[in-house]
Amino acid sequence: MISARSLTKRYGTVVAVDGLSFDVPPGAITGFLGPNGAGKSSTLRMILGLDRPDAGSARIDGRPYAALRWPMRAVGALLEARAFHPGRTAYSHLAAMAAGGGLPRSRVDDVLGVVGLADVAGRRAGSFSLGMSQRLGIAAALLGDPAVLLLDEPTNGLDPEGVVWVRQLMRSLTAEGRTVLLSSHLISEVSIVADHVVVIGRGRLLADGSIAELTADGKSLEEVFFGLTADRGRDGRGRPNVGRHQKGRQL
Amino acid sequence: MEWIKLRSLRSTLWALMLVVVGMVGIGVATMANTRPPSTDAARSLFDPTNNVLAGVALGQLVIGVLGVLAVSAEYSSGTIRSTFAAIPRRPMVLAAKAAVFAVVLLITGEAVCFATFFAGRAALADDVPAPALEEPGVLRAVVLTGAYLAQIGLIGIGLGAIARHTAGAIGALVAVTFVLPLIAVGLTGTTVAKFFPTLIVANSIAVAKPVSDTLAPWTGFCVLCLYTLAALGVGGWLLNRRDA
Repeated sequence: MISARSLTKRYGTVVAVDGLSFDVPPGAITGFLGPNGAGKSSTLRMILGLDRPDAGSARIDGRPYAALRWPMRAVGALLEARAFHPGRTAYSHLAAMAAGGGLPRSRVDDVLGVVGLADVAGRRAGSFSLGMSQRLGIAAALLGDPAVLLLDEPTNGLDPEGVVWVRQLMRSLTAEGRTVLLSSHLISEVSIVADHVVVIGRGRLLADGSIAELTADGKSLEEVFFGLTADRGRDGRGRPNVGRHQKGRQL
Repeated sequence: MEWIKLRSLRSTLWALMLVVVGMVGIGVATMANTRPPSTDAARSLFDPTNNVLAGVALGQLVIGVLGVLAVSAEYSSGTIRSTFAAIPRRPMVLAAKAAVFAVVLLITGEAVCFATFFAGRAALADDVPAPALEEPGVLRAVVLTGAYLAQIGLIGIGLGAIARHTAGAIGALVAVTFVLPLIAVGLTGTTVAKFFPTLIVANSIAVAKPVSDTLAPWTGFCVLCLYTLAALGVGGWLLNRRDA
Protein backbone atom coordinates (compact mmCIF):
# COMPACT_ATOMS: atom_id res chain seq x y z
CA MET A 1 0.00 0.00 0.00
CA ILE A 2 1.13 3.54 -0.80
CA SER A 3 0.48 6.19 1.80
CA ALA A 4 1.22 9.90 1.59
CA ARG A 5 1.19 11.96 4.76
CA SER A 6 1.23 15.78 4.72
CA LEU A 7 3.36 15.59 1.60
CA THR A 8 4.62 19.06 0.65
CA LYS A 9 6.85 20.22 -2.17
CA ARG A 10 7.84 23.78 -3.05
CA TYR A 11 9.70 24.92 -6.14
CA GLY A 12 10.95 28.37 -5.27
CA THR A 13 7.82 30.30 -4.22
CA VAL A 14 5.42 27.92 -5.95
CA VAL A 15 3.84 25.28 -3.72
CA ALA A 16 3.38 22.30 -6.03
CA VAL A 17 2.14 19.86 -3.39
CA ASP A 18 0.56 21.25 -0.25
CA GLY A 19 0.08 18.97 2.75
CA LEU A 20 -1.27 16.08 0.70
CA SER A 21 -2.38 12.92 2.54
CA PHE A 22 -4.01 9.88 0.94
CA ASP A 23 -3.80 6.10 0.80
CA VAL A 24 -3.76 3.90 -2.26
CA PRO A 25 -5.49 0.64 -1.32
CA PRO A 26 -3.96 -2.65 -2.50
CA GLY A 27 -5.56 -4.89 -5.12
CA ALA A 28 -7.36 -2.06 -6.85
CA ILE A 29 -6.93 0.58 -9.53
CA THR A 30 -6.85 4.03 -8.00
CA GLY A 31 -7.28 6.96 -10.36
CA PHE A 32 -5.13 9.99 -9.55
CA LEU A 33 -6.89 12.99 -11.06
CA GLY A 34 -6.19 16.67 -11.22
CA PRO A 35 -5.84 19.50 -13.72
CA ASN A 36 -2.48 20.16 -15.33
CA GLY A 37 -0.10 21.57 -12.75
CA ALA A 38 -2.10 20.14 -9.84
CA GLY A 39 0.98 18.36 -8.49
CA LYS A 40 0.35 14.81 -9.73
CA SER A 41 3.77 14.27 -11.26
CA SER A 42 5.56 15.88 -8.30
CA THR A 43 3.68 13.53 -5.99
CA LEU A 44 4.67 10.49 -8.07
CA ARG A 45 8.31 11.60 -8.07
CA MET A 46 8.26 11.97 -4.30
CA ILE A 47 6.75 8.50 -3.89
CA LEU A 48 9.68 7.17 -5.95
CA GLY A 49 12.25 9.08 -3.93
CA LEU A 50 13.28 11.11 -6.98
CA ASP A 51 12.24 14.44 -5.46
CA ARG A 52 12.75 15.18 -1.80
CA PRO A 53 9.60 16.40 0.01
CA ASP A 54 9.94 19.70 1.89
CA ALA A 55 7.65 18.22 4.53
CA GLY A 56 5.71 15.02 5.12
CA SER A 57 6.46 11.61 3.70
CA ALA A 58 5.42 9.01 1.18
CA ARG A 59 5.74 5.37 2.11
CA ILE A 60 5.34 2.03 0.40
CA ASP A 61 4.26 -0.70 2.78
CA GLY A 62 5.45 1.52 5.58
CA ARG A 63 8.90 2.28 4.21
CA PRO A 64 10.27 5.19 2.22
CA TYR A 65 11.18 4.18 -1.33
CA ALA A 66 14.92 4.57 -0.79
CA ALA A 67 14.77 2.13 2.15
CA LEU A 68 13.22 -0.68 0.11
CA ARG A 69 15.46 -3.71 -0.20
CA TRP A 70 14.53 -4.40 -3.83
CA PRO A 71 12.87 -1.23 -5.09
CA MET A 72 12.12 -2.49 -8.60
CA ARG A 73 10.49 -5.63 -7.23
CA ALA A 74 8.29 -3.50 -4.96
CA VAL A 75 7.33 -0.66 -7.28
CA GLY A 76 7.30 -0.25 -11.05
CA ALA A 77 6.78 3.16 -12.56
CA LEU A 78 6.00 4.74 -15.90
CA LEU A 79 6.63 8.44 -15.47
CA GLU A 80 7.14 9.63 -19.02
CA ALA A 81 7.29 8.09 -22.45
CA ARG A 82 10.70 8.15 -24.13
CA ALA A 83 12.62 8.00 -20.84
CA PHE A 84 15.42 6.14 -22.57
CA HIS A 85 18.52 6.94 -24.59
CA PRO A 86 17.39 7.08 -28.24
CA GLY A 87 20.57 5.32 -29.41
CA ARG A 88 20.06 2.25 -27.25
CA THR A 89 17.98 -0.72 -28.34
CA ALA A 90 14.81 -1.56 -26.42
CA TYR A 91 16.46 -4.77 -25.27
CA SER A 92 19.62 -3.05 -23.99
CA HIS A 93 17.60 -0.39 -22.18
CA LEU A 94 15.64 -3.06 -20.31
CA ALA A 95 18.75 -5.21 -19.78
CA ALA A 96 20.57 -2.28 -18.14
CA MET A 97 17.56 -1.60 -15.88
CA ALA A 98 17.30 -5.28 -14.97
CA ALA A 99 20.98 -5.35 -14.06
CA GLY A 100 20.56 -2.22 -11.93
CA GLY A 101 17.57 -3.67 -10.12
CA GLY A 102 19.23 -7.03 -9.51
CA LEU A 103 16.72 -8.84 -11.72
CA PRO A 104 17.37 -11.89 -13.91
CA ARG A 105 17.93 -11.18 -17.59
CA SER A 106 15.05 -13.52 -18.45
CA ARG A 107 12.64 -10.84 -17.20
CA VAL A 108 13.58 -8.68 -20.21
CA ASP A 109 12.22 -11.25 -22.66
CA ASP A 110 9.19 -11.79 -20.43
CA VAL A 111 8.14 -8.13 -20.39
CA LEU A 112 8.97 -7.56 -24.07
CA GLY A 113 6.51 -10.36 -24.79
CA VAL A 114 3.86 -8.90 -22.49
CA VAL A 115 3.92 -5.48 -24.17
CA GLY A 116 4.26 -6.90 -27.70
CA LEU A 117 7.68 -5.47 -28.54
CA ALA A 118 9.57 -8.77 -28.84
CA ASP A 119 9.90 -8.38 -32.62
CA VAL A 120 11.46 -4.92 -32.42
CA ALA A 121 13.60 -5.45 -29.31
CA GLY A 122 16.80 -5.08 -31.34
CA ARG A 123 15.81 -1.74 -32.84
CA ARG A 124 17.09 1.54 -31.50
CA ALA A 125 14.42 2.95 -29.22
CA GLY A 126 14.81 6.40 -30.74
CA SER A 127 13.12 5.09 -33.89
CA PHE A 128 9.98 4.06 -31.97
CA SER A 129 6.62 5.76 -32.38
CA LEU A 130 5.09 7.35 -29.28
CA GLY A 131 2.86 4.31 -28.85
CA MET A 132 5.83 1.91 -29.00
CA SER A 133 7.77 4.13 -26.59
CA GLN A 134 4.84 3.97 -24.23
CA ARG A 135 4.84 0.18 -24.44
CA LEU A 136 8.58 0.17 -23.70
CA GLY A 137 7.91 2.37 -20.67
CA ILE A 138 5.24 -0.06 -19.48
CA ALA A 139 7.68 -2.95 -20.04
CA ALA A 140 10.21 -1.16 -17.82
CA ALA A 141 7.55 -0.70 -15.12
CA LEU A 142 6.69 -4.42 -15.22
CA LEU A 143 10.33 -5.55 -15.21
CA GLY A 144 10.60 -6.24 -11.48
CA ASP A 145 7.21 -8.02 -11.36
CA PRO A 146 6.25 -5.38 -8.77
CA ALA A 147 3.34 -5.41 -6.34
CA VAL A 148 2.73 -1.70 -6.90
CA LEU A 149 2.55 0.13 -10.25
CA LEU A 150 2.61 3.88 -10.74
CA LEU A 151 1.45 4.77 -14.24
CA ASP A 152 1.44 8.37 -15.43
CA GLU A 153 -0.77 8.77 -18.53
CA PRO A 154 -0.08 5.20 -19.74
CA THR A 155 -2.47 5.48 -22.70
CA ASN A 156 -0.82 8.62 -24.06
CA GLY A 157 -0.05 8.10 -27.75
CA LEU A 158 -1.58 4.63 -27.93
CA ASP A 159 -4.08 3.71 -30.63
CA PRO A 160 -7.57 2.54 -29.60
CA GLU A 161 -6.40 -1.05 -29.55
CA GLY A 162 -3.49 -0.07 -27.31
CA VAL A 163 -5.79 1.84 -24.96
CA VAL A 164 -8.00 -1.23 -24.53
CA TRP A 165 -4.87 -3.34 -24.02
CA VAL A 166 -3.63 -1.06 -21.20
CA ARG A 167 -7.07 -1.21 -19.58
CA GLN A 168 -7.06 -5.02 -19.65
CA LEU A 169 -3.47 -5.11 -18.43
CA MET A 170 -4.30 -2.93 -15.42
CA ARG A 171 -7.34 -5.05 -14.62
CA SER A 172 -5.37 -8.29 -14.82
CA LEU A 173 -2.63 -6.80 -12.62
CA THR A 174 -5.11 -5.87 -9.90
CA ALA A 175 -6.83 -9.23 -10.27
CA GLU A 176 -3.48 -10.71 -9.22
CA GLY A 177 -3.65 -8.58 -6.10
CA ARG A 178 -1.40 -5.75 -7.27
CA THR A 179 -1.90 -2.07 -6.61
CA VAL A 180 -2.20 0.35 -9.51
CA LEU A 181 -2.06 4.12 -9.20
CA LEU A 182 -3.23 5.57 -12.52
CA SER A 183 -2.38 9.22 -12.87
CA SER A 184 -4.25 10.96 -15.64
CA HIS A 185 -6.20 13.99 -16.65
CA LEU A 186 -8.43 11.87 -18.85
CA ILE A 187 -11.45 11.58 -16.59
CA SER A 188 -13.35 9.27 -18.92
CA GLU A 189 -10.41 6.85 -19.06
CA VAL A 190 -10.13 6.81 -15.27
CA SER A 191 -13.88 6.39 -14.81
CA ILE A 192 -13.83 3.28 -17.01
CA VAL A 193 -11.14 1.38 -15.11
CA ALA A 194 -10.66 2.84 -11.64
CA ASP A 195 -12.30 1.52 -8.50
CA HIS A 196 -11.21 4.44 -6.41
CA VAL A 197 -10.13 8.01 -7.13
CA VAL A 198 -7.95 10.61 -5.49
CA VAL A 199 -8.57 14.11 -6.85
CA ILE A 200 -6.10 16.92 -6.25
CA GLY A 201 -5.94 20.57 -7.27
CA ARG A 202 -3.29 23.16 -6.42
CA GLY A 203 -1.43 20.40 -4.62
CA ARG A 204 -4.25 19.81 -2.16
CA LEU A 205 -6.58 16.87 -1.71
CA LEU A 206 -10.04 17.63 -3.13
CA ALA A 207 -11.62 14.19 -2.95
CA ASP A 208 -10.69 10.66 -2.00
CA GLY A 209 -13.13 7.79 -2.31
CA SER A 210 -14.65 5.11 -4.47
CA ILE A 211 -16.23 6.18 -7.73
CA ALA A 212 -19.56 4.89 -6.44
CA GLU A 213 -19.35 7.22 -3.43
CA LEU A 214 -18.32 10.27 -5.44
CA THR A 215 -21.04 9.84 -8.03
CA ALA A 216 -23.73 8.82 -5.54
CA ASP A 217 -25.93 11.87 -6.27
CA GLY A 218 -26.29 10.91 -9.92
CA LYS A 219 -23.57 13.18 -11.35
CA SER A 220 -20.95 11.83 -13.69
CA LEU A 221 -17.34 11.67 -12.54
CA GLU A 222 -16.61 14.50 -14.97
CA GLU A 223 -19.25 16.74 -13.37
CA VAL A 224 -17.93 15.91 -9.94
CA PHE A 225 -14.39 16.73 -11.09
CA PHE A 226 -15.34 20.14 -12.48
CA GLY A 227 -17.37 20.88 -9.37
CA LEU A 228 -14.30 20.15 -7.25
CA THR A 229 -11.80 22.05 -9.38
CA ALA A 230 -13.93 25.02 -10.53
CA ASP A 231 -13.40 27.14 -7.42
CA ARG A 232 -9.68 26.50 -7.75
CA GLY A 233 -9.50 28.49 -10.93
CA ARG A 234 -7.01 31.01 -9.61
CA ASP A 235 -3.36 30.39 -9.18
CA GLY A 236 -1.50 31.26 -6.02
CA ARG A 237 -0.93 34.86 -7.10
CA GLY A 238 -4.61 35.56 -7.65
CA ARG A 239 -4.55 35.57 -11.44
CA PRO A 240 -7.51 33.82 -13.02
CA ASN A 241 -6.67 30.66 -14.89
CA VAL A 242 -8.93 31.32 -17.85
CA GLY A 243 -9.02 27.90 -19.49
CA ARG A 244 -9.81 26.02 -16.37
CA HIS A 245 -12.34 28.56 -15.12
CA GLN A 246 -14.30 28.51 -18.33
CA LYS A 247 -14.52 24.75 -18.27
CA GLY A 248 -15.96 24.99 -14.79
CA ARG A 249 -18.58 27.51 -15.86
CA GLN A 250 -19.77 25.47 -18.77
CA LEU A 251 -21.49 23.10 -16.39
CA MET B 1 24.14 -1.87 -15.31
CA GLU B 2 26.65 0.82 -16.21
CA TRP B 3 28.66 -1.60 -18.32
CA ILE B 4 25.56 -2.50 -20.33
CA LYS B 5 24.73 1.19 -20.76
CA LEU B 6 28.22 2.04 -21.96
CA ARG B 7 28.64 -0.78 -24.44
CA SER B 8 25.10 -0.61 -25.81
CA LEU B 9 25.72 2.80 -27.36
CA ARG B 10 27.41 2.98 -30.73
CA SER B 11 28.68 6.45 -29.88
CA THR B 12 31.02 4.92 -27.27
CA LEU B 13 32.78 2.86 -29.89
CA TRP B 14 32.92 5.73 -32.38
CA ALA B 15 34.37 8.09 -29.80
CA LEU B 16 37.06 5.62 -28.74
CA MET B 17 37.93 4.93 -32.39
CA LEU B 18 38.22 8.67 -32.98
CA VAL B 19 40.67 8.86 -30.08
CA VAL B 20 42.77 6.03 -31.50
CA VAL B 21 42.80 7.37 -35.07
CA GLY B 22 43.33 10.97 -33.95
CA MET B 23 46.15 10.29 -31.51
CA VAL B 24 48.01 7.84 -33.74
CA GLY B 25 47.52 10.11 -36.75
CA ILE B 26 48.74 13.23 -34.98
CA GLY B 27 51.65 11.31 -33.47
CA VAL B 28 52.74 9.96 -36.86
CA ALA B 29 52.36 13.35 -38.57
CA THR B 30 54.32 15.13 -35.84
CA MET B 31 57.13 12.59 -35.90
CA ALA B 32 57.32 12.58 -39.70
CA ASN B 33 57.91 16.33 -39.53
CA THR B 34 60.43 16.19 -36.69
CA ARG B 35 63.91 17.38 -37.77
CA PRO B 36 67.09 16.30 -36.03
CA PRO B 37 68.38 18.86 -33.49
CA SER B 38 71.22 20.85 -35.04
CA THR B 39 72.94 22.38 -32.00
CA ASP B 40 74.06 20.94 -28.69
CA ALA B 41 71.59 23.17 -26.84
CA ALA B 42 68.75 21.91 -28.99
CA ARG B 43 69.97 18.35 -28.53
CA SER B 44 69.79 18.62 -24.75
CA LEU B 45 66.13 19.76 -24.96
CA PHE B 46 65.15 17.41 -27.80
CA ASP B 47 62.24 15.27 -26.55
CA PRO B 48 60.56 13.25 -29.32
CA THR B 49 58.44 11.47 -26.69
CA ASN B 50 56.65 14.78 -26.14
CA ASN B 51 56.17 15.23 -29.90
CA VAL B 52 54.70 11.79 -30.46
CA LEU B 53 52.09 12.26 -27.70
CA ALA B 54 50.91 15.65 -29.04
CA GLY B 55 47.56 14.12 -30.02
CA VAL B 56 46.54 13.88 -26.36
CA ALA B 57 45.17 17.41 -26.75
CA LEU B 58 42.50 15.98 -29.07
CA GLY B 59 42.11 12.70 -27.19
CA GLN B 60 41.37 14.45 -23.88
CA LEU B 61 38.56 16.44 -25.45
CA VAL B 62 36.82 13.43 -27.01
CA ILE B 63 37.15 11.33 -23.86
CA GLY B 64 36.13 14.23 -21.61
CA VAL B 65 32.98 14.70 -23.70
CA LEU B 66 32.28 10.95 -23.50
CA GLY B 67 32.44 11.24 -19.70
CA VAL B 68 30.14 14.27 -19.69
CA LEU B 69 27.58 12.51 -21.90
CA ALA B 70 27.56 9.43 -19.67
CA VAL B 71 25.71 11.56 -17.11
CA SER B 72 24.16 14.45 -19.03
CA ALA B 73 22.56 12.21 -21.69
CA GLU B 74 20.77 10.37 -18.88
CA TYR B 75 19.31 13.67 -17.74
CA SER B 76 18.35 14.89 -21.21
CA SER B 77 16.65 11.59 -22.11
CA GLY B 78 15.01 11.02 -18.71
CA THR B 79 16.86 7.72 -18.21
CA ILE B 80 18.23 9.10 -14.96
CA ARG B 81 14.84 8.64 -13.28
CA SER B 82 14.77 4.96 -14.27
CA THR B 83 18.35 4.63 -13.03
CA PHE B 84 17.65 6.24 -9.66
CA ALA B 85 14.40 4.30 -9.29
CA ALA B 86 16.40 1.09 -9.78
CA ILE B 87 19.23 2.22 -7.48
CA PRO B 88 18.08 4.88 -5.00
CA ARG B 89 21.62 5.23 -3.58
CA ARG B 90 22.79 7.85 -6.04
CA PRO B 91 26.48 8.10 -5.07
CA MET B 92 26.61 4.35 -5.76
CA VAL B 93 25.35 5.02 -9.29
CA LEU B 94 28.08 7.59 -9.90
CA ALA B 95 30.73 5.34 -8.36
CA ALA B 96 29.67 2.44 -10.59
CA LYS B 97 29.73 4.67 -13.67
CA ALA B 98 33.18 5.97 -12.73
CA ALA B 99 34.51 2.45 -12.08
CA VAL B 100 33.31 1.11 -15.44
CA PHE B 101 34.70 4.16 -17.23
CA ALA B 102 38.00 3.96 -15.39
CA VAL B 103 38.60 0.38 -16.51
CA VAL B 104 37.52 0.94 -20.13
CA LEU B 105 39.40 4.22 -20.48
CA LEU B 106 42.55 2.98 -18.79
CA ILE B 107 42.76 0.03 -21.17
CA THR B 108 41.97 2.25 -24.17
CA GLY B 109 44.30 5.02 -22.99
CA GLU B 110 47.28 2.75 -22.47
CA ALA B 111 46.67 0.90 -25.72
CA VAL B 112 46.37 4.08 -27.75
CA CYS B 113 49.42 5.71 -26.14
CA PHE B 114 51.66 2.71 -26.76
CA ALA B 115 50.32 2.33 -30.30
CA THR B 116 50.95 6.04 -30.92
CA PHE B 117 54.47 5.78 -29.53
CA PHE B 118 55.48 2.86 -31.74
CA ALA B 119 53.70 4.16 -34.87
CA GLY B 120 55.18 7.63 -34.41
CA ARG B 121 58.68 6.27 -33.81
CA ALA B 122 58.46 4.26 -37.01
CA ALA B 123 57.59 7.45 -38.90
CA LEU B 124 60.74 9.27 -37.75
CA ALA B 125 63.30 10.16 -40.43
CA ASP B 126 66.45 8.01 -40.33
CA ASP B 127 68.69 10.86 -39.17
CA VAL B 128 66.55 11.70 -36.11
CA PRO B 129 67.49 10.01 -32.83
CA ALA B 130 64.57 7.70 -32.02
CA PRO B 131 63.20 7.46 -28.46
CA ALA B 132 63.18 4.09 -26.70
CA LEU B 133 61.08 2.90 -23.76
CA GLU B 134 64.33 1.98 -21.94
CA GLU B 135 65.49 5.60 -21.87
CA PRO B 136 64.81 7.48 -18.64
CA GLY B 137 61.32 8.91 -18.36
CA VAL B 138 59.99 7.56 -21.65
CA LEU B 139 58.00 4.60 -20.32
CA ARG B 140 56.65 6.78 -17.50
CA ALA B 141 55.58 9.44 -20.00
CA VAL B 142 53.66 6.96 -22.15
CA VAL B 143 52.02 5.13 -19.23
CA LEU B 144 50.94 8.30 -17.40
CA THR B 145 49.58 9.89 -20.59
CA GLY B 146 47.37 6.81 -21.00
CA ALA B 147 46.25 7.19 -17.40
CA TYR B 148 45.57 10.89 -18.00
CA LEU B 149 42.96 9.96 -20.62
CA ALA B 150 41.12 7.93 -17.97
CA GLN B 151 41.41 10.82 -15.50
CA ILE B 152 39.95 13.39 -17.89
CA GLY B 153 37.09 10.97 -18.66
CA LEU B 154 36.27 10.74 -14.95
CA ILE B 155 36.54 14.53 -14.59
CA GLY B 156 34.01 14.67 -17.47
CA ILE B 157 31.65 12.41 -15.50
CA GLY B 158 32.01 14.68 -12.48
CA LEU B 159 31.31 17.78 -14.58
CA GLY B 160 28.30 16.04 -16.12
CA ALA B 161 26.91 15.28 -12.66
CA ILE B 162 27.52 18.84 -11.51
CA ALA B 163 26.06 20.62 -14.57
CA ARG B 164 23.51 17.93 -15.64
CA HIS B 165 23.18 19.68 -19.02
CA THR B 166 25.38 18.60 -21.91
CA ALA B 167 26.14 22.08 -23.22
CA GLY B 168 27.04 23.51 -19.82
CA ALA B 169 29.24 20.58 -18.86
CA ILE B 170 31.08 20.53 -22.20
CA GLY B 171 31.54 24.29 -21.90
CA ALA B 172 33.11 23.78 -18.48
CA LEU B 173 35.30 21.00 -19.87
CA VAL B 174 36.57 23.17 -22.74
CA ALA B 175 37.09 26.09 -20.36
CA VAL B 176 39.18 23.98 -18.01
CA THR B 177 41.21 22.25 -20.71
CA PHE B 178 41.71 25.05 -23.26
CA VAL B 179 40.31 28.50 -22.47
CA LEU B 180 41.32 29.16 -18.86
CA PRO B 181 44.92 27.90 -19.20
CA LEU B 182 45.41 30.18 -22.23
CA ILE B 183 44.15 33.16 -20.25
CA ALA B 184 46.32 32.17 -17.31
CA VAL B 185 49.40 31.89 -19.52
CA GLY B 186 48.65 35.34 -20.92
CA LEU B 187 48.24 36.92 -17.49
CA THR B 188 50.79 35.20 -15.27
CA GLY B 189 52.89 32.90 -17.46
CA THR B 190 53.13 29.39 -16.08
CA THR B 191 52.65 30.36 -12.41
CA VAL B 192 48.94 29.48 -12.46
CA ALA B 193 48.69 27.82 -15.85
CA LYS B 194 50.92 24.92 -14.86
CA PHE B 195 48.10 23.61 -12.62
CA PHE B 196 45.63 23.16 -15.49
CA PRO B 197 45.20 19.59 -16.80
CA THR B 198 46.24 20.34 -20.39
CA LEU B 199 49.51 21.93 -19.31
CA ILE B 200 50.15 19.20 -16.77
CA VAL B 201 49.84 16.54 -19.44
CA ALA B 202 51.76 18.52 -22.09
CA ASN B 203 54.62 19.76 -19.90
CA SER B 204 54.80 17.48 -16.88
CA ILE B 205 53.52 14.05 -17.92
CA ALA B 206 54.02 13.48 -21.65
CA VAL B 207 57.71 14.43 -21.40
CA ALA B 208 60.85 12.39 -20.94
CA LYS B 209 62.97 15.46 -20.13
CA PRO B 210 61.74 17.93 -17.51
CA VAL B 211 60.44 21.30 -18.69
CA SER B 212 61.50 24.25 -16.54
CA ASP B 213 58.91 25.97 -14.31
CA THR B 214 56.33 23.18 -14.51
CA LEU B 215 55.18 20.50 -12.10
CA ALA B 216 57.27 17.35 -11.72
CA PRO B 217 55.71 14.31 -13.49
CA TRP B 218 54.45 12.51 -10.42
CA THR B 219 53.39 15.76 -8.75
CA GLY B 220 51.35 16.55 -11.84
CA PHE B 221 49.82 13.08 -11.78
CA CYS B 222 48.85 13.47 -8.10
CA VAL B 223 47.30 16.89 -8.76
CA LEU B 224 45.21 15.32 -11.54
CA CYS B 225 44.13 12.55 -9.15
CA LEU B 226 42.96 15.23 -6.73
CA TYR B 227 40.98 16.99 -9.49
CA THR B 228 39.37 13.68 -10.44
CA LEU B 229 38.35 12.89 -6.87
CA ALA B 230 37.10 16.44 -6.35
CA ALA B 231 34.97 16.42 -9.52
CA LEU B 232 33.44 13.03 -8.67
CA GLY B 233 33.01 13.95 -5.00
CA VAL B 234 31.18 17.21 -5.72
CA GLY B 235 29.16 15.52 -8.47
CA GLY B 236 28.09 12.67 -6.17
CA TRP B 237 27.22 15.06 -3.38
CA LEU B 238 25.08 17.22 -5.68
CA LEU B 239 23.32 14.17 -7.19
CA ASN B 240 22.29 13.17 -3.71
CA ARG B 241 21.11 16.61 -2.72
CA ARG B 242 19.14 17.60 -5.78
CA ASP B 243 15.84 16.36 -7.17
CA ALA B 244 16.20 14.01 -10.12
